Amino acid sequence: MSPTDIGESTEALGCAHVWKRFGEVIANRDISLSIARGTVHAVIGENGAGKSTLMRGLYGLHSLDQGSVRIDGELIETPSVAASIKRRVGMVHQHFMLVPTLTVTENVVLGDEPVERGMLVLSRAEQKLIELGERLGLARDPALFRRRVGELSVGEAQRVEILKVLYRGAKILILDEPTAVLSPLEVDDLFAVLRRLRQDGSTIILVTHKLDEVMGLADRVTVLRRGETVLEVETGQTSAAQLAHAMVGRELAKSVRTTRQKTISPPTMRLKVESLSVRRSDGSLALDGVSFSIAAGEILGVAGVEGNGQSELALSMAGISTPERGRVRIDGQDVTALPVIARRRLGMRYVPEDRHGRGLLLDATVEDNFLLGVQEHYRRFGFVDRRRLEIDALERTKALDVRPPDLSAVARTLSGGNQQKVVIGRELAGRRDIPLSTLVCAQPTRGVDVGAIEKIHAEIERVRKDGAATLLISAELDELLALSDRIVVLFRGRIVGELEDFDQFAAGELKSRVGALMLGAA
Amino acid sequence: MSASVGEAAFALTLSAAVIRISVPYVLAALGGFWSERAGVINIALEGLLLMGAFAATVGAWFGHSALIGVTTGVLGGMILAGLYAWLTLVLRADQVVCGIAINLLADGGTRFFMKVLFDSSSNSPRVDAFDSLSRGGVAIHPIVLATILLVAVSTLVVYRTPFGLRLRAVGEHPEAAASLGISVSRIRLAGLLLSGALAGLGGVWLAADQRQFVAGMSNGRGYIALAALILGRWRPQTAALAALGFGAAEALQIALQTSGRSFERFGFALQALPYVLTLVALAGLVGRSIPPKALGRNEN
Repeated sequence: MSPTDIGESTEALGCAHVWKRFGEVIANRDISLSIARGTVHAVIGENGAGKSTLMRGLYGLHSLDQGSVRIDGELIETPSVAASIKRRVGMVHQHFMLVPTLTVTENVVLGDEPVERGMLVLSRAEQKLIELGERLGLARDPALFRRRVGELSVGEAQRVEILKVLYRGAKILILDEPTAVLSPLEVDDLFAVLRRLRQDGSTIILVTHKLDEVMGLADRVTVLRRGETVLEVETGQTSAAQLAHAMVGRELAKSVRTTRQKTISPPTMRLKVESLSVRRSDGSLALDGVSFSIAAGEILGVAGVEGNGQSELALSMAGISTPERGRVRIDGQDVTALPVIARRRLGMRYVPEDRHGRGLLLDATVEDNFLLGVQEHYRRFGFVDRRRLEIDALERTKALDVRPPDLSAVARTLSGGNQQKVVIGRELAGRRDIPLSTLVCAQPTRGVDVGAIEKIHAEIERVRKDGAATLLISAELDELLALSDRIVVLFRGRIVGELEDFDQFAAGELKSRVGALMLGAA
Repeated sequence: MSASVGEAAFALTLSAAVIRISVPYVLAALGGFWSERAGVINIALEGLLLMGAFAATVGAWFGHSALIGVTTGVLGGMILAGLYAWLTLVLRADQVVCGIAINLLADGGTRFFMKVLFDSSSNSPRVDAFDSLSRGGVAIHPIVLATILLVAVSTLVVYRTPFGLRLRAVGEHPEAAASLGISVSRIRLAGLLLSGALAGLGGVWLAADQRQFVAGMSNGRGYIALAALILGRWRPQTAALAALGFGAAEALQIALQTSGRSFERFGFALQALPYVLTLVALAGLVGRSIPPKALGRNEN
């Protein structure tokens, strides 16, 4: 289908034959797109498929190597942010484009400030924002606008992003992975807002890799794979399975766990935690007397609504924060007072929930990131054995299909999913000198697409088979159920329930039980 | 009776000395404020001061006018800041390295042109044209009045105008500003030129105060100003206050040294005070001083 087939009057945004290269990598290869006015159009694909690049190009954040953009039927010779804003196109970015030290109102008006005699008059903007916020259910409390963005929750920050775009009168909204950081409840709220906007005649382009979102909201969907359009259909004429197939280009494995019986018997407890208590910096108890043990070859899942002590649990396991009370033992050895490096020498590995803050050096190359925390392993006459590091890193990036397959790429330039693959590749690597004894794995697939999830899950399963004791902390219940042998539920810093032998439950019953425990209702 | 007259005279000369010493600190700190809030580290303040002093001397000498001297001093600062902007904003070179290069260039460059113009690489002849500036004494000195006004205006502009808002946004989160169609480079260029003008004016003061240019006469003041900016938490009024405080400490130290009493050791301690206070501020011992988030980071 050629984009010119669609009449000018119905098209809101379109592009023809867009090419974009970054060095050796072709991010967009001859992509043409036409998005009808008043619809929700989903653009889906794996991490690194070129979705964000395409959207940034259409919005004018970077130049196109080739191709053209149309807004409301008008050919835009040189796309630029200013040209897009003028034609009422707005973009909500994957990583919030908000200045934390400024107030909500200041962030919203930035670049389009209401002025009187040279001075800012924020009150005028606030009036407009309160109206807008109420009409769309985006912000009911006017006090929000005076707060600094840095104090907002993720959900609030996102609503501010949308308000910012609407304040400029945007009728075409590009949302780049808007739900990646939201809780399920916040996602529902967001979708309600988007439906209202569509009703009002706005056009919405939703970039995502979550298929249920596509099926639930979008009218039409375009699938990108490795920089090319591979499928474009009406949502009603396709299925989640077909879309997944198009995204990944092959069938996905159903589940990595087929058996859950203990492979090593009698179970030897490798990780033992006894009445662990951790205090937050504000003095409140994050963990309150938590005890559990994990056997070799076992995965213990930790469920819970975010903020109930999961982050602190992971940090104190890894040795980053010190518990107030309690003991942690690895293979019988008390490691409670041991620093991170000493724990790593005992074979503990750690996948942090915050890959940007703790998992990676964003400005270092992929190869150098493979050295973090295992620098002792690559020591040779006091220097780093680059040759061996390169061989290992190459093997691991290949195994996990890190894209682009370039060890000299700077970590910051990789997409989120590929960054996570680097973390997983490093932490879960087998090492002859120090076998992996315990794995602390926090939110291993957050913001990661289906293809990468499959790879990461397979890695966790491989490590388990090799006899590691794994603590798996995840906000994704499906992930916990797919991988764990047992699940404990954290609520306000305590373990409020434990479930095992999942087969005894009817389908759906298990989930609702865990869900009830998560809310402290059981 | 005579003792109290003596004390009053001492207090008067001391406060005049405080103002005299503080003016270049305040102006340079204010200059640093404008570039650092836009996200560009201004270690080049030292060189900008020196350049301002040199250009003012040359202008006032050949133009036989203090006003021409002030103008060329300010322009000199702006031109050197423009070079710094070209290096960091266009060529995207490292800000700290370039800032040090600018300082070295200012030091060597002024010596070279001193030799060319005045046949001495260390001292210019006395510039009588500067006399007209200080005719009314330090209290109604036009540059002193301008400094006070500039602190107030800077506060107003940065917190109450669209330009100020954009500048703060660019210094904290340049990507966010760019995503709204704001040109990060243009805002940073404006910040740097303001920086050059203000530090240049600080240099004018140095030259006018001495009635001549002396090689290396900025003598570390740019770094002290940077310390004042940090201690003042990157706000114009508090930075100016910190600069005034440093000026007071220095004036006191000089007064003690020349009083002939045995305060010399105390004087040396005072001399170290700005640096100690800055370390304390950066270490967060009295409420952490948080720099603009994008400070030192060039655009990708």
